[in-house]
Amino acid sequence: MTRYIVRRVLWGLLLLVLVGALTFVLFHVFPTANPARLRAGRNPSPRVVAEISRNLGLNRPLPTQFWLYMRGLFLHFNLGYSYYSEASVRSLIFDRLAATASLTIGAAVIWLGCGLSVGIISALRRRSRLDRASMGAALVLISAPEYWLGLIAIYLFAADIGQVKVLPGAGSYVPLTTDPWKWFTSLLLPWLVLAASFAAVYARLMRASLIETMGEDYIRTARAKGLPERRVVLRHGVRAAINPIITIFALDVGTLLGGAILIETVFDIPGVGRLAYEAITHADFPIVEGTVLLVALVVIVANILVDIAYAFVDPRVRYS
Amino acid sequence: MSAAGEPSAASTAPEPALAPATPGPPLLRVEDLCVQFPTERGLVHAVDGVSFSLERGRTLGIVGESGSGKTACSLTLIGLTRHMGARVSGRVLLDGRELLGLSERDMRRVRGAEIAMIFQDPLSSMHPLFTVGRQIVEALRAHRDIGRRAARERAVELLELVGIAQARRRVDAYPHELSGGMRQRAMIAMALSNDPKLLIADEPTSALDVTVQAQILDLLARLQRELSMAIVLVTHDLGVVAEMADHVAVFYAGRIVERAPAQELFSHPEHPYTWGLLQSIPTLFGPRERELRPIAGSPPSLIERPSGCHFHPRCPYAQPRHAEVDPWLEPLPGDRDHQVACLLAPQLRRQLSSQPAGGRAAAGAIVSGAGREAGA
Repeated sequence: MTRYIVRRVLWGLLLLVLVGALTFVLFHVFPTANPARLRAGRNPSPRVVAEISRNLGLNRPLPTQFWLYMRGLFLHFNLGYSYYSEASVRSLIFDRLAATASLTIGAAVIWLGCGLSVGIISALRRRSRLDRASMGAALVLISAPEYWLGLIAIYLFAADIGQVKVLPGAGSYVPLTTDPWKWFTSLLLPWLVLAASFAAVYARLMRASLIETMGEDYIRTARAKGLPERRVVLRHGVRAAINPIITIFALDVGTLLGGAILIETVFDIPGVGRLAYEAITHADFPIVEGTVLLVALVVIVANILVDIAYAFVDPRVRYS
Repeated sequence: MSAAGEPSAASTAPEPALAPATPGPPLLRVEDLCVQFPTERGLVHAVDGVSFSLERGRTLGIVGESGSGKTACSLTLIGLTRHMGARVSGRVLLDGRELLGLSERDMRRVRGAEIAMIFQDPLSSMHPLFTVGRQIVEALRAHRDIGRRAARERAVELLELVGIAQARRRVDAYPHELSGGMRQRAMIAMALSNDPKLLIADEPTSALDVTVQAQILDLLARLQRELSMAIVLVTHDLGVVAEMADHVAVFYAGRIVERAPAQELFSHPEHPYTWGLLQSIPTLFGPRERELRPIAGSPPSLIERPSGCHFHPRCPYAQPRHAEVDPWLEPLPGDRDHQVACLLAPQLRRQLSSQPAGGRAAAGAIVSGAGREAGA
């Protein structure tokens, strides 16, 4: 087990190096715009551009640039500096991490809570009206793009421009440490919107998995023991049906972070996603690189954690 | 399939002394049981008017091909077909108490306590994510007020009772960590946890190695003696029945076509289907030249069953009339315990059954003409 974990962590590191190299190639070898030109203001003289290029190290040969970039990244966790504000990308990201973590973790809780419970109820009341209604709603939520759903939610419920003024709308984010209640209410709409499509997918997954599990021989055995149906379903059925969903969850963490970019933009939440969005529009490559690397790190770590967790939830899995 | 089940060898073994008939009602009495499953393709008549009874401490063997309704019958006894949307009618009396009319709540108290069940494949029948001990503890605590620790101690005792070595260590094993035989022993331990009066064993040895099969059958026989429980043994394996059963009911297309004390059934089988079953098992001791004769054709669909005698399309002795008349299960003249549902005249049956198997088959071929597909 320990050997397995060490191996997985080493592979994860290698993967990070590859992602780092890839971002370098994307943003330094094939730049879509010359960063020095971008920084030099309107109608710059070639001399100014050359000067800025030299300051940013853009005139050095690519292998040297790559070496400096990777060394900074992995030895000093240096993600570079914004082309515009000169601020350290690392501190820019750190400042905004709390908002993104609030958004994504809260959304994941709602996503799993709603998705799994709706799935379980649907599986048990298969072909009932409740089942049909929730599966139909799930289909709608899966099909609806998040940014559209977000705009609709603001249009309907936001306190400033909404039809039914119940919840704070865009731009109302307050850090948890400042005011927990305002933090909660301001994030409620973004959470629901971000969680909606995931919850819908997971309701369907859970329903299918539980229906399949309830046909297993060991469920029949549990009933033959005289256990109450409730216990048969929740202890024996759900316990087995939830395992494959744990695996998929790790893969969806990356998608969740992608969704966070859209939701942070729609709801004007000052998080990493919004930082990335603004950086993309301004061709501020170091920030884009930094956020890409952060997402890669989170996805890799989530996958390692889930694989390790799997050994604990399924005794048949033994890593060697 | 077990090679140990040589029918003629079984018939020469001394019959165990019959217990004096117990006063009062038999432990289990099944009357005119019908089980139907509505499906998209039509109504499946899984069990169709089955009646039998079973005394305390005795074993009834239910024999038949897959799809003959034997599993649906046994699942209905323990009240599990109601979860599958079955329509059930008739009567199932345990100790004189009607089970079919019980609410789910009351049936749950019977299930696992008074009637327990073991299944064919112990690997798929045990929860893969729970330890064996935990599953036994759960069975115990479902029916009695017992603390966790006491239940665990009892689980260890039960594992010892079914002959699992190092039970104290094995109680924490997961099903996949045990061998097939061990797993079936653990299943049996779980079934025994509440001292059931009746154990239903649905193909308990079919998924096991031949050497392990005999051990499990010995174990069941020993436990039956020690705990004086009745057993309904569902199997397609006549060898298993020969070894275990006091009485045998032969199922075909959801009905009992022949019912008799085990010895009587093996020495004087009356129904052509039973003849076919007996001829299709290999023996170790007979002459090797004896051919195995599979029963021609395949089991009928339980949705659209053949008219008349359900066996007539596969019966070598069928006559046109047999496609129209439905046979009743009737006692043989002079032997109330031996009943058969066959339209052939008793004298003709006796004549046919006294012929050697090869001759009988040849006679059958003459009666019915050739051109039947050989079914597996």
